[in-house]
Amino acid sequence: MTARRSGGRGWALLGLTPFSAYVVLFLAVPTVLALGTGFFDGDGALTLDNLTGLLEPAVLRSFADLLWLSGLTAVVGAIAGALICFALLGTREDGWLRTGISAASGVLAQFGGVMLAFAFIALIGIQGLLTQWLLRTFEVDIYEGGVWLYQVPGLILPYLYFQIPLMVITFMPAMSGLKPQWAEASATLGGTGAVFWWRIGFPVLAPSFLGSLLLLFANAFSSYGTAAALVSQGAPIVPLQVRAALISETVLGRENMAGALAIGMIVVMVVLMTAYSALQSRAERWMR
Amino acid sequence: MRKRTLVGFAAAGIALAVTLTSCSSSAEAGDTEAHATATSAEDFGGFDALVEAAQAEGELNVIALPDTWANYGAIIEGFEEEYGITVNSDSPDVSSAEEITAAENLKGQDGAPDVFDLGSAVALTSTDYFAPYQVQTWEDIPAEYKDETGLWVYDYTGLMSIGYDADAVPAPESLDDLLGADYAGKVAINGDPTQAGAAAAAVQYAALQGEGSADDIQPGVDFFAELNAAGNFLPLDPTPATIASGETPVVFDWSYNNLAEQAANDGVRDWQVTVLPGVTLGSYYNQAVNVDAPHPAAARLWQEWIFSDTVQNLYLEAGAYPVRLAAMIEAGTVDQDALDAVGEPSEDLVQLTAEQTEAASALLAEQWAAAIS
Repeated sequence: MTARRSGGRGWALLGLTPFSAYVVLFLAVPTVLALGTGFFDGDGALTLDNLTGLLEPAVLRSFADLLWLSGLTAVVGAIAGALICFALLGTREDGWLRTGISAASGVLAQFGGVMLAFAFIALIGIQGLLTQWLLRTFEVDIYEGGVWLYQVPGLILPYLYFQIPLMVITFMPAMSGLKPQWAEASATLGGTGAVFWWRIGFPVLAPSFLGSLLLLFANAFSSYGTAAALVSQGAPIVPLQVRAALISETVLGRENMAGALAIGMIVVMVVLMTAYSALQSRAERWMR
Repeated sequence: MRKRTLVGFAAAGIALAVTLTSCSSSAEAGDTEAHATATSAEDFGGFDALVEAAQAEGELNVIALPDTWANYGAIIEGFEEEYGITVNSDSPDVSSAEEITAAENLKGQDGAPDVFDLGSAVALTSTDYFAPYQVQTWEDIPAEYKDETGLWVYDYTGLMSIGYDADAVPAPESLDDLLGADYAGKVAINGDPTQAGAAAAAVQYAALQGEGSADDIQPGVDFFAELNAAGNFLPLDPTPATIASGETPVVFDWSYNNLAEQAANDGVRDWQVTVLPGVTLGSYYNQAVNVDAPHPAAARLWQEWIFSDTVQNLYLEAGAYPVRLAAMIEAGTVDQDALDAVGEPSEDLVQLTAEQTEAASALLAEQWAAAIS
């Protein structure tokens, strides 16, 4: 029995090997290499200059802008997505509406980068369809105070465009896990709709809501393509600072600053993950 | 040479190009080593021998040369026709810094760039990547415009200019005009000045036109901050597409780029180019040979081609001032029609030195993001 079990474990480890090798080669090693560059200067000597560079006002501002952008689109995306999930509860689980929306969400959650940027430029760019229509029909100039589409505020709408569907696909399973019997039980005991949600619905959904919220935040936090295609001036968010450090032809010798910026981003995520797991364990306490 | 936003795509493009070109044959072995150390046509045994060696290699890899930039479309085509050598033009929209990165990443591979076309800041800090070579027309190039061994050589410069859609905006006659309501949300520069040389030059130009100087570009940053506060600054990277669509009606850029847009938009947009009265700003782009060029003879023949009368006149035709212009005017080999169209080079031309450029870039790195946010 003992022999058989240890034999089984050997096989299990062997089965794990391809995945582990994949993670090590394509995630761990590149991450360590990228982060490592943050500690060296262009000639390969150890230095802390790149890390202290994180405290430059322009870099700090790019972190602040990225934090509020990610936070805002995560919160709005999570709430809007959750409301859509709630609305879908009223539809048949195998009906065309629910399957249609979840299929569309699966596609739209991945619709980012250059395509998304182009879609928004075509719609609300300076020569965009909507912009020109509003201007001609109602004489409303959406860019009266300046062209915001190509600055940080311009990223809010495109980011929400993929954040909301992502929330729908990640949160829908939890939402449909709410058993009708619980609502019936609550009603039998004299609970109103509000009481049901306050005492049962929200507490049950809280852990997955928080998890989805964090996922949305990380999704916006690390998003690069859409911002890169839209924003060309000032590198206002951290991923664009990384680009600037790597490819600038005017401010030279800052390539390794990109590694330091990556360290900064990871630190932010670690702090958030820690806060999240503390919150999560509180939220799940009743389940134990 | 020009910075573009889609780095990832550029990198992917380079990678793809490598895969593709590495399938084709590379230079014959044998003399490759001798070719790679040749510093003039004589080292090959004369110009004809150089041509022969280059034709034996059969291919040339160039990078960062957009067809619409300073006539490079015609220059590449001319080279292919004249010598029967295939030119592989990769990643035309990458920055000077990325050219060097490509040379490093692709070192030893058939797809590595053979030659570079670089802004001065990158050229001066990347000399380890260059092989010295002196073209036959070496003597025509003023001494201060070239490395004495031929590692890098100034090639052509534009003037910082303002291109504008005459149907959308009135002609700007001074910088301050651009602050007016006619230009609301319309004024763009070619890239982010903390990343792209042409954009940095736009800020330097604003400084020179205002209270600033080559040593102090602060007034230039202040001007763009004011432009942004007025809601006139358009934070969009102009491309031929944005100009054609009307998305970017006013663009600060090198004169050869703006003139190329004028030609490209003929009949579509009334694209006019103006250089404001007063101080003008130029900045030479450099030619250099990759020390690890996979086609060393073709790379050197390309240098001869670039500095020939034919190509120097092609630059002029595109509105760029070639480095041999003075000598060609004297010798009477200049394309007089092109010169008349572009105008004699300005007497009041300022060029920032390497130190001034570095100081200006440091100031931009510190202040630009805040100035336009």
